[in-house]
Amino acid sequence: MGSLVLIEGVKKLKYEELVRVKLPKGEERMGRVLEASKGKALVQMFEETRGMELEEAEATFLGETMKMEVSIDMLGRIFDGSAQPLDDFPKPVSEKRVDINGNPMNPYSREYPDDFVQTGISAIDGLNTLVRGQKLPIFSGAGLPHSQIATQIARQAKMKGDFSVVFGAMGITFEESRFFINQLRETGALDRSILFINTADDPVIERVTLPRLALTAAEYLAFDKGRDVLVILTDMTNYCEALREISAARKEVPGRRGYPGYLYTDLASIYERAGMIKDKPGSVTQIPILTMPEDDKTHPIPDLTGYITEGQIMVSRNLHQSGIFPPIDVLPSLSRLRDKGIGEGKTREDHGGLANQLFASYARGQEIRELAVVLGESALSSTDQNFLKFADAFEKEFLTQGREENREVTETLDKGWEILKILPREELKRVKEKEIEKYLDEKKD
Amino acid sequence: MNKEGIIEKVSGPLVVATGMEGAEIYEVVRVGEERLSGEIIEMRGGTASIQVYEETAGIGPGEPVQRTGNQLSVVLGPGLLGSIYDGIQRPLNAIYKEAGDFITRGIEVPALDEEKKWDFTSKVKKGDKVVSGDILGEVKETKSLTHKIMLPPYIKEGEVVLVKEGKSTIKDTVIKIKTKEGEKELKMTQVWPIRGPRPTKAKLLPKEPLITGQRVIDTFFPVAKGGAASIPGPFGSGKTVVQHQLAKWSDADVIIFIGCGERGNEMTDVLKEFPELEDPKTGNSLMERTVLIANTSNMPVAAREASVYTGITIGEYFRDMGYKVALMADSTSRWAEALREMSARLEEMPGEEGYPAYLGSRIAAFYERAGYVKCLSGEEREGSLTVIGAVSPPGGDLSEPVTQNTLRTTKVFWSLEDDLANARHFPAISWLNSYSLYTDDLSSYLDKELGEEFRKNRAEAMRILSKEAGLEEIVRLVGFEALSGKDKLVMETAKVIREDFLMQNAFDPSDTYSSLEKQANILKAIIDFYQNAERALDEGEDTEKVLDSPEKKKIAQLKYQ
Repeated sequence: MGSLVLIEGVKKLKYEELVRVKLPKGEERMGRVLEASKGKALVQMFEETRGMELEEAEATFLGETMKMEVSIDMLGRIFDGSAQPLDDFPKPVSEKRVDINGNPMNPYSREYPDDFVQTGISAIDGLNTLVRGQKLPIFSGAGLPHSQIATQIARQAKMKGDFSVVFGAMGITFEESRFFINQLRETGALDRSILFINTADDPVIERVTLPRLALTAAEYLAFDKGRDVLVILTDMTNYCEALREISAARKEVPGRRGYPGYLYTDLASIYERAGMIKDKPGSVTQIPILTMPEDDKTHPIPDLTGYITEGQIMVSRNLHQSGIFPPIDVLPSLSRLRDKGIGEGKTREDHGGLANQLFASYARGQEIRELAVVLGESALSSTDQNFLKFADAFEKEFLTQGREENREVTETLDKGWEILKILPREELKRVKEKEIEKYLDEKKD
Repeated sequence: MNKEGIIEKVSGPLVVATGMEGAEIYEVVRVGEERLSGEIIEMRGGTASIQVYEETAGIGPGEPVQRTGNQLSVVLGPGLLGSIYDGIQRPLNAIYKEAGDFITRGIEVPALDEEKKWDFTSKVKKGDKVVSGDILGEVKETKSLTHKIMLPPYIKEGEVVLVKEGKSTIKDTVIKIKTKEGEKELKMTQVWPIRGPRPTKAKLLPKEPLITGQRVIDTFFPVAKGGAASIPGPFGSGKTVVQHQLAKWSDADVIIFIGCGERGNEMTDVLKEFPELEDPKTGNSLMERTVLIANTSNMPVAAREASVYTGITIGEYFRDMGYKVALMADSTSRWAEALREMSARLEEMPGEEGYPAYLGSRIAAFYERAGYVKCLSGEEREGSLTVIGAVSPPGGDLSEPVTQNTLRTTKVFWSLEDDLANARHFPAISWLNSYSLYTDDLSSYLDKELGEEFRKNRAEAMRILSKEAGLEEIVRLVGFEALSGKDKLVMETAKVIREDFLMQNAFDPSDTYSSLEKQANILKAIIDFYQNAERALDEGEDTEKVLDSPEKKKIAQLKYQ
C-alpha cells in the first residue's frame, strides 16, 4: 500500500496527532502519527502516496488528534471518509468539534437497554428481538440480501423518540451505495439520516476512520440532541481487511489469519459505542453488517464480532436459495437482550414462552427433516410428520414476508400461534397452559 | 536515583522512557504531562518499557515520566464491598462524579471512601502480643459481612500499645503497636502489590463443594471451595449467564466478579440486578457481598491485564479473614490477548498463535492463587478462594493455547457447546465432555448431607445419558421405532433427565436456584421412574403405556416447586 511515511527531524511530536504534508507541487496531504520516537515519526497517510516526492516534501505537525465537526444540519447529507460532503451542497456550519475516537462510556453511567424496537420483521421481532441501545450485527455471506434486510429495518424501525439513521459504508461498490441512498430517499427517510460513504476505490485508510466518524455523529445526535439513532455499518469485513493491510504495512506480528492481534480491541472500540446513558433520552443502536468469508462463522471477523456484540442475525444461503425472504436462519441467530425487552407492558405477556416454543419446535423440525432424508418421510411417526409440516409452515408463513411488509409485533405473535396449531398440544411444553387457552384455543373456532 | 525520566517513544499503550536508572520492574509511574497511570514491565539499563493504563493519544517524546517508587497495589480495607472498580482499582462511581458519562484520562481518585466513618470494635487490648494476620478488630462493613482488620503480613510481630475504638475513617489510626523497628500506627487499611499472592500458613486439600444452585454443576460437575474451574465456550453459548448465575447463587461469603474485556451493558446489568436480588443465605442484597471489577472491551488494554490481579488480590484479602470467597473472571481470554498485545509491542519472540511464550506459566500462576488455606495468623482460621474462569476460544476451537493452558491447571471443565445453545438447552454445559476431578474429594461431604443414594442415582443418570449418545447413532440409521423396549426407555429417560433436570431456566424465579436437596429429590424421582418402568417392561407390560406414564408429567413440574 505504501501509505506509511517516516519523517525525520521532528522537534515536537505527539502520538496519534495529525500531520499535513506539503508536496513540492503545492499539493497537500494529511496523515496521522502511528509511532512517535525522539525526532522521528512513523506517519500513515490518509491518501495515496503515489506521486509523492518525499525528498522535497515538508511536514507540519498539527498538535491535535483527529477531530470532526458536528451539527444538526448534517441530517439529510452525504459525506465521504474524511467527513467532506459528497453531495453538491456546502459543508454544514459546525456546532462543535469532537475527537472521533470518543472516550469509553463509564459502565456506571450506562442505562441497561430494555426497550423493545419494532422492526416489522417477524424473524427479528418475534424471535431475536432488537432492543434500543443494542448492538446486533447481521452475519451474512457474499451475494445474500443483507442490504435489503438492513434498509428494511432502517425504514420500518419504530423507537420511542425522534428517530435518526446514521449510515456508514466502507469499501462497498458504487451500485451498492446507490441502492442505499435511493432506498432512503424514496421513502423519505433520507431527511432524518446522515450517510458516510467510502466506496471500493476510495482510500483504504479512510475505511478505518469512517465508522468512527459515523459513531461520533451518532453519539452527538443521541446524547447532545436526545435522538434515538440507528447506526448501520456495512461492510465490517472490508473494515477489517483495511486494518490488516495497514498492520501488514507496519510489519506487526500477525494473529489469526494475518489479522492484527489487537483486532478484538479495535472492533470493541467501535461496537461498544452503542448504548444508552442514565437519565438521558437518546440512544445509539448498532446494526453492523459483515459478510463471512466462505460463510464461515469461525472466521476471525464474525468470531470476534460475536464475542463483543449482543447477539447476531444469521442470513442463510439455504433459505435464500429456496426463495425465502428474509432468509434469516433463526436457530443460530440470537439476541442477548431479548428477554429484557419483551413481555407484558413491552410487547405481550406470551412473547417469551411463544418464542422459546417456536425455537424448540423448529429445531426439532429441522432434525426430523434430516432424518427424513435418510429414512424417507413415510417411516416417520405421525408426531414427527407434524413437526415436519410445522417446519415448512414456519418458513413459508412466519419467516416469509414482503420487502415492504411492515408487521406489527402482535401480528407476528398471532402468526406464531397460528402455526403452532399444526403440532399436537402435549408437545407445547415451553408455553404456559393459560396462554394456550387464551391464544390457541380461542382462535381454533 | 532518578525521580523522573523522559519519554523516548510512544506506540499504542507502550511507552519507552530513558533516564529511569534505579527504577524497579512493576513500579507505578505517571506518564506525560497528563500524568497517565502506567507500570514498568521491562528495564534495560536506564531504559524502561511502560504499559500505560489509559489512552496514549496526544502524548509525545520529550514529556516527563514521574516515578512513584511503589509497585502496582490495591488498597484493602472497609468499603470494598459493593464497589465497582476499573482494572486498577479506581471506583467507577467516583470517576463518574469527576468526569461524567465518559471516562476521560488522568483521573486520580482514592480507591476507598476516605470520609466514611466506620464503627471499629477491637479484638485486642493493650499489652497483647500479635503476629502477622492476627485479627485486631472488626467493622460491620455491610449487613452481610463483618470486615476483620488484620495485622498486615509485612509486620511480623509486635505488642499492642494503644487501641482506639469507635467511629473512625480509614485515614485514622485505630491501633498502635510496638515492634522491633519501633512504634507503628495502624489504620484500618493495608496496601498489597497485586502481582504476588498474599501469604498463608498452609494450603489444604479442598473438601466441601461450592454450592451453586445449578443442577448440572452441583450434581454432575461440582467445584470444591478453594478449587479452580474453567468454562470455555464459543460466543452465544451462555458463558456470561452461567458466570452471572454463579455470582448470584454460590454459597460463598464474598463474590469477586471481574468483567475483563467484556461488554459494557453486561456490567450495567450486574450493577442494576445485584442490588435487587436477595442472597439466599442471608436474605440481604447480593451487592452487599460483591466486589465488581469492570474493564470493558473498549477500556484501555493494559488495564485489562491488571484487572484479574486486582480482583484476585482483593479475593485473597477476604480469604485471609477466614471467609469463603468465590471469584469469577469473564473472560480470561481477553486478559491473555492483552498479554499478547503488550508482548508484540515489546517485540518479544512470539510463541503459539502470537501469544508470548510465558502464557502458560502466567495462567498457571493465576489459578494457583486459588485454594483452601490455613490463614496466616497466630490462631487457627481457615478460608478459601475459588476461582472460576471463562475462556472464549476463537471459533470455539478448544485446541487454542489459552484453553489448553487453562485446562492444564484447572480441575473442573464445564464445556459449553454451540449445538446445545442452538437448541436452547441452557445452561449449555455438555454432560458428555465436561468433567470434575473433585467428585471423589467431595464424596464424604455429599454422603453426609444427602445420603449414599444420591451418588448412586447420579452414576445411574450418567450411565443413561451416555447410553443415549450411543443409541442416537442407531436411531439416526434405523429410526426410533426399531429400538427394543428397554432402549426406548433409556432414550425416553435421558430426555427426561435433559429436559427436567439438566435444563435450568436462569430467568424463572423458582427455577433459577435449586438447593442441593431439591436436586437430589428430582434426580431420585427420575431414577425411580426409570427403575419402575424397567421392572414393568420385564413383567411384560406394553412399552407405549410404560413410556407414557403420568409420573413423567409430575417430574416435569418438580423444578418449579
